[in-house]
Amino acid sequence: SKKCYKLLHHFFFHRVLLKAMKAAVLIQRWYRQYAARMEVRRRYTWNIFQSMEYADLQDQIKLYNFLGYLMDNFTPSSTERNLISHIFRENEVCRDAEWERYFSYNNITVPDIYSGPRLTFPLDMDQAAHLVEAFKNKQQLHSRYVLQLLLETWKLLRVLPNINRVSTCHSKEITICGDLHGQLEDLLLIFYKNGMPSLEKPYVFNGDYVDRGKDSIEILLILFAFLLVFPGDVYLNRGNHEDHIINLRYGFTKEVLNKYKLHGKRILKLLQKIFSWLPLVTVIDQRVLIVHGGISDTTDLALIARYVSALRPPKKKTPSRTNVYADSERYDEMIICKNRRGSLTFPKPFGARESFQRRSLQDFSSTVARTLGEEFEVRRRQAEFSLSSFSKSHRILSSALSSDSEPESSEFTDTCNDEWKQILDLLWSDPMSQDGCIPNEVRGGGCYWGPDVTEGFLNRHNLQLIIRSHECKQDGYEFCHNRKVLTLFSASNYYEVGSNRGAFVRLGPDLVPYFVQYQATSMTRGLSFPQNVKRTEHTALKVLREQLFVHKSDLLSFLRLIFDLTGLICLNDWASAIERVLHLDLPWRVLHPQLVSSTTDGKLDYHGWFRDLALKKPSSEHIEQTMLETLYRHRSTLETIFRIVDTDNSGLITFEDFRQTLKLLSAYLKMEISDEVINELVISTDTNNDGSIDIDEFMEAFRLVDKSRLERGKSLLKLMQDNQING
Amino acid sequence: MADKYSADTIITETQKRISNAFDVFDHESNKTVDVREIGTIIRSLGCFPSEADLHDIIAELEEEEPTGFVRYEKFLPTMTKILLERKFRPITEDLLLQAFEVLDQQKKGHLEPEELTKYLTQEGEPFTQEEMDEMLSAAVDPDKNVILYKDFVSMMTFDDTR
Repeated sequence: SKKCYKLLHHFFFHRVLLKAMKAAVLIQRWYRQYAARMEVRRRYTWNIFQSMEYADLQDQIKLYNFLGYLMDNFTPSSTERNLISHIFRENEVCRDAEWERYFSYNNITVPDIYSGPRLTFPLDMDQAAHLVEAFKNKQQLHSRYVLQLLLETWKLLRVLPNINRVSTCHSKEITICGDLHGQLEDLLLIFYKNGMPSLEKPYVFNGDYVDRGKDSIEILLILFAFLLVFPGDVYLNRGNHEDHIINLRYGFTKEVLNKYKLHGKRILKLLQKIFSWLPLVTVIDQRVLIVHGGISDTTDLALIARYVSALRPPKKKTPSRTNVYADSERYDEMIICKNRRGSLTFPKPFGARESFQRRSLQDFSSTVARTLGEEFEVRRRQAEFSLSSFSKSHRILSSALSSDSEPESSEFTDTCNDEWKQILDLLWSDPMSQDGCIPNEVRGGGCYWGPDVTEGFLNRHNLQLIIRSHECKQDGYEFCHNRKVLTLFSASNYYEVGSNRGAFVRLGPDLVPYFVQYQATSMTRGLSFPQNVKRTEHTALKVLREQLFVHKSDLLSFLRLIFDLTGLICLNDWASAIERVLHLDLPWRVLHPQLVSSTTDGKLDYHGWFRDLALKKPSSEHIEQTMLETLYRHRSTLETIFRIVDTDNSGLITFEDFRQTLKLLSAYLKMEISDEVINELVISTDTNNDGSIDIDEFMEAFRLVDKSRLERGKSLLKLMQDNQING
Repeated sequence: MADKYSADTIITETQKRISNAFDVFDHESNKTVDVREIGTIIRSLGCFPSEADLHDIIAELEEEEPTGFVRYEKFLPTMTKILLERKFRPITEDLLLQAFEVLDQQKKGHLEPEELTKYLTQEGEPFTQEEMDEMLSAAVDPDKNVILYKDFVSMMTFDDTR
């Protein structure tokens, strides 16, 4: 019986164990399924953000096309000519010395009540560290010191070459950072983990310091301060967002004007100069190339370096080219004038109105005669878009826009255009997995380059690795092209809290990359993984719903063709309709549960669905739905034009300019817009009744109500209050 | 006639679902996915395979000479069959609760994190540390530092139906 007992004991014990094992397997099996579904949600959330970002960037193409249309339809007799020449007004071209007078800070007094850092030049390490500390404590640097710091930076940048050359001798490890996009928290986190820049700790920053985030100016000031203190150990590359036209659209201009009410526009002007003087690439040990965007099959580092002393056509009319060296001022301008392309998205504006009329826009008009829709079709659908046709339209635009293209200087125009393309390629390109090199029509600039181009480029220049940024990566970094190309992104939580990590990389003399990843915001630590996913997904879906609402009329007209008598459509048709209208490459059938609240037998009532996607409309109810949607869709173009027209950056434009802008845009979009409707639009946004319109107030009408906007409003209010102290 | 029509529709619907799920992971847009994502894709379509089940499926899907990628042409028929035959049925809330109760040998009504960790990382088809940490972050009650599995199960299954 003892034996029996033992057997029974074992049997039960065994059974219990077996049961436990089975239970464990069940729980594991169940959890893995759950985790997989969360993963899919996370993936498509990511896809949504990426698509949105690229769709967003296509607004640049819209702007470009609209401006082309304006040029095309300009006639001496048209009533809009004032506005158009206003838009294309050339910036005054002055000598650098004149600029320095304009940027003078000496007459700006700092009140005693100001508690922020008071800088003395030349800067030293302590002051730079103190500046970091001050910004960490949410202080703001007084405009006087901002201007002074920027002026010193500009002076330094004017003597730096286009290509930074760094060496890891003396066993120095070099730290490289990617996009920061105004996210000060990330920069602070990097300094915390890695130490601040110093003689022993050289840094390379790979562009896109500004836009989107809310502390762009602070990041710039910190980076410039360290650049001034350690000019041999801090290297800055230019990113595609170091561009004043892009800044108009993506938030940096607004940030500066809000933080510096009095001197904001002077600061912005100075920054415009600084951006165009930033180096383009950095090379480490002649082995590793660091550049913001990437390369193309025509990228030539020797060419880029040579532009340091390239002769360029003078901007004003000259009697003859031959005596160009005799004219010492002109010589100065040319020798010191490295390729200083101000904005890469908006080629240099016209000269005086007379020269405008001399342009032959014949060739150009055919390129922009297409409607917006057609343009999109062409750019998106065309798989084989030859480089030559792409650059041809750019060349024509360039020649049409550069001042005084005399017949004999056509070669200079070509040089201008080549320069322009080289820089566009460096700052805007993205890698792709297929071989070859095709224009990057998604971004509207640069190209997509393949592994074969990488191979060829590295061999030609005797390099072993390309480190670039420009694209957000889930884990902060990602290799491609057989580990010959590294994408590095340093702005964590870029799309939303919890969306991605940031990373920086260290390179020692062995040039083997060592990565450090991080994620800013204490909020993420408090959230569990599923909560993180849901939160990010929520934001993505909100943005997506916005897009759906905006295209409501198009969707409706498409669906009208296929609905059944009950007003129900099946999900497949719903998905097809959205794909056709939105042109967003997303897994719509996977997404539908999130976008459609209820279905009966796999069909949905689309009228009810549209009702659910409600937007907060401007106060005036009389404005037509379609017109509202169209304006909304083009709001970024509209806003950018407003800001271009608002040349003194006052935030106000005249009623007349506002009216004409809307009329031009509606003509271009082939949209009916009567004067009454425009008047209603004006009335519905609180004007000051003095013939001017507050741009921000008008654009507010198009914003969706959401919590973050209220938050931003609150912090802006606080900034305004702080500004009283900081000038 | 009516039956045939609905059968075809079901198959088409099913295949569209499979295609969409596949696309989410087809990063290069060339109708291939990394073999390591197959498990995620299958699960995202509502199936509850075990790791052993996946192992078998992957063996079926791989090329003669494994490339590390699975092609859509191979995936589609296999996955269609799985879905139409309703293999790897879902685990119900009741069953899940019972499983937790089995592990709670002392019938406390909750589990200690260490207890659960021991079971799930040592028994059955063990979790990786990462998987364990992720689950714990969602399962552990922050105040009491235990897993109130009844609440946990209700919460998780409620989420599913959202």
